[in-house]
Amino acid sequence: MTELTPGFADPVLGAQSCFRAILEAMSRPGRLQRVAGIEQPPAPLGLAAAAALLTLADADTPVWTDAGAAAEAWLRFHAGCPLVAEPREASFLLATGRIPSLATLAQGSEEEPHRSATLIVEVKTLAETVGWKLTGPGIETEHRLQVAGLPADFPRQWAANRAGFPRGVDVVLTAGPWLAALPRTTRIEEA
Amino acid sequence: MSTMRSAEGGAPLGGEHRSRESHGPTATRSAEGGAAPGGEHRSRESHGPTAMRSAEGGAALGGEQRSRASDGPTTIEAGYNFGYLDENTKRMIRRALLKAVAIPGHQVPFGSREMPLPYGWGTGGIQVTASVIGPQDRLKVIDQGADDTTNAVSIRRFFAKVAGVATTEHTAEATIIQTRHRIPEVKLREGQILVYQVPMPEPLFRLEPRVSETKRMHALADYGLMHVKLYEDIARHGHIAISYNYPVMVGGRYLMSPSPIPAFDNPKMHRMPALQLFGAGREKRIYAVPPYTSVHSLDFEDHPFQPIRANAACALCGARDSYLDEVVTDDQGGRMFVCSDTDYCNTRQGSREAAE
Amino acid sequence: MAYVAVKGGERAIDAAHAWLAEARRGDAAQPELSLEQIEQQLGLAVDRVMAEGACYDRGLAALAVKQARGDLIEAAFLLRAYRTTLPRFGASLPMDTGAMRIRRRISATYKDLPGGQVLGPTFDYTHRLLDFALAAGGTPPPAPMAAPEGEATPRVTGILAQEGLMAPEAKSDAEPPDLTREPLSFPADRPLRLQALARGDEGFLLAMGYSTQRGYGNAHPFVGEIRMGEVAVEIAPPELGFPIEIGEITVTECQMVNQFAGSKTEPPQFTRGYGLVFGHGERKAMAMSLVDRALRAKELGEEVDAPAQSEEFVLYHCDNIEATGFVEHLKLPHYVDFQSELEKVREMRATVFREAAE
Repeated sequence: MTELTPGFADPVLGAQSCFRAILEAMSRPGRLQRVAGIEQPPAPLGLAAAAALLTLADADTPVWTDAGAAAEAWLRFHAGCPLVAEPREASFLLATGRIPSLATLAQGSEEEPHRSATLIVEVKTLAETVGWKLTGPGIETEHRLQVAGLPADFPRQWAANRAGFPRGVDVVLTAGPWLAALPRTTRIEEA
Repeated sequence: MSTMRSAEGGAPLGGEHRSRESHGPTATRSAEGGAAPGGEHRSRESHGPTAMRSAEGGAALGGEQRSRASDGPTTIEAGYNFGYLDENTKRMIRRALLKAVAIPGHQVPFGSREMPLPYGWGTGGIQVTASVIGPQDRLKVIDQGADDTTNAVSIRRFFAKVAGVATTEHTAEATIIQTRHRIPEVKLREGQILVYQVPMPEPLFRLEPRVSETKRMHALADYGLMHVKLYEDIARHGHIAISYNYPVMVGGRYLMSPSPIPAFDNPKMHRMPALQLFGAGREKRIYAVPPYTSVHSLDFEDHPFQPIRANAACALCGARDSYLDEVVTDDQGGRMFVCSDTDYCNTRQGSREAAE
Repeated sequence: MAYVAVKGGERAIDAAHAWLAEARRGDAAQPELSLEQIEQQLGLAVDRVMAEGACYDRGLAALAVKQARGDLIEAAFLLRAYRTTLPRFGASLPMDTGAMRIRRRISATYKDLPGGQVLGPTFDYTHRLLDFALAAGGTPPPAPMAAPEGEATPRVTGILAQEGLMAPEAKSDAEPPDLTREPLSFPADRPLRLQALARGDEGFLLAMGYSTQRGYGNAHPFVGEIRMGEVAVEIAPPELGFPIEIGEITVTECQMVNQFAGSKTEPPQFTRGYGLVFGHGERKAMAMSLVDRALRAKELGEEVDAPAQSEEFVLYHCDNIEATGFVEHLKLPHYVDFQSELEKVREMRATVFREAAE
């Protein structure tokens, strides 16, 4: 086995600052947040994606990922999370390649819509002055977000996800050290 | 060993592992070890002494010097993890907070912990604040709108002790405001988080005490019971007889308790630029209102919602737009009114004096 | 008008704490209580604090009793708050109370039985006369010791089960829920209910159990067996792969036997109400077993109409740390809401008087 690279340089404050970035991202959908605190997560894990999982996942949260053996070993060691093969069993999913279809992930129930998956997707780029028009809770008028690296049918899948409210999946998009979130309440209009 | 270590999520050589290993499951807790809530048992999550927050440049200001409106960061009491809660607990609460933000107004159950303050005294708000707060934050704590009420003092001291963060009494300076029963008068802005202490998160509990039933009602958005109650109020009294903890609809979907703030404060929640987080420790629920989210106080077309305040001006600063406390001045019926928001009142008094 | 808003909350708090410390100590001319004295001589108070504080540590419980000035709910709260800060190393294996080193064991359903009736250190047959000799102090003569009989002490419920008269408990290897890490959710299964009851308030459980005897709930209880003594606690560390004993704790177990008329699927037999409490806590173990049985009403197809049979009612209200916090929080300032109520009541009165005048 190859040498494992370290997790957060400071596990307590690193997780705190990453959590604030994710909380801010989830509260203001489409706004980019920059994350720091990890030197070099194993490829293809980006910094923000790796940090988000270390911040949120642990022995209580099954994780699904397609990021490969090195990333799995790193996650298992630093987060102590169980890794599952079935996307629908996961609390957190990290997709670096093809994303699993949103409809196949845990949606929660009408009574307990919070028992739903959070999907983290490592995309090519994120930019916030162009692209989709986002509206909904957390957004004063509209936010713009351009994402390179999502499948073409993502907006259609997202519309279906949103229509199931309060059930549904929440998405965190990451690109290197940057992240932005799409809670299930956000409406996406393609520009 | 790898299972233990990885479960903590710590760096491979973190000091926490060493201290964890130093007392096995059989370790008996001696009377000294348990005397202070601390001792070596607490050190496992804390970064080593060298990483302590005195690096922020804050001298160890005791809680006693809190007479000034703002205090710089203090050093964390030895033996506590940053923010008191262990990292597993924080992660659990953080996960609940994110789902709460994603489903505005929905109550997310969480594994509330026993805190060193009694249930009903802000344990939910404290756990939320402890999971959110970081060294860059500046914390304000109010109870009844005032920074120096005893419970607010006690909670502020708690965080000065276990997180070493800077505190302030100025609403505008604060990045996190923990509150019981009020929303500050000054409009909150982006970059601020308002944390409410919530005694009873369920808005329907007086009408239906069974949680299994109210859960079903929220699932179906079946809020008929509440509408009937309000309608009966109007039929009987000519008014809706709720003056605080006045129920609101969030995002047009979930009926939510705004916590026992006066109805006067309800309109401030609507499309507030700051993030609003709610923690109910004893009832073990967290919920949230994201920024710019609609928060509508229940009413009827012919009986629109009316915020209540005493029809008077503040005797100290002259404000006519703030929520007022009634102060009884003698036993002859004498009374006066003063702002409940002490920072608002002090700031206004200060600027009046400066103008003179 | 000279009005200055009240200030000085911090100083008031410090002064109150100083006064509390002085009151706790009492008259300094009297010798101070040691933790050892509390642990040894107020042992049942220590046991109750461990049970409701959900933390087995006699030394810490004694400290909590001292710090709380003998207020046992306050002491349990101190212990709970401490408990939350402890690292979690793992879960123990199920305890085998059948292998208990018995100090007390009685059955009300059999005159004699294998292992015998062992009265142990009980108040049961004392005359409740204040003992003025105790006021003077002194060391009691040593109690006579019988040689252990050496024979096994099978559980009474096991004896009934041999004949098929005792309804078997559903066996499960499922990970039990953990009340200390996940909030209660309903319907609550039996492991969750028993956890809540085990750390529930003795007074609450006593009243609830009592109510089932007075007709609020369908109870026909017999004490199959009460046993108190020491039981080994074992864990199985994954890196070892076999169980190791990490210590011994004192527990009290009560198995309450109830008649059950049978249902479409079950023949008539006896059903069990179960109580298990840290330390020597017989009253609570008995009350717990009554309430446990009452809470099984739905599972056994009985009518659910009494308070002790309502899961939500019992489980949401049995925790005295939650209860005391919320009841006592009423003494915190509520003047902001009261002001709103004042204005609202004045407004409603004005409406009434205006309408009366018209």
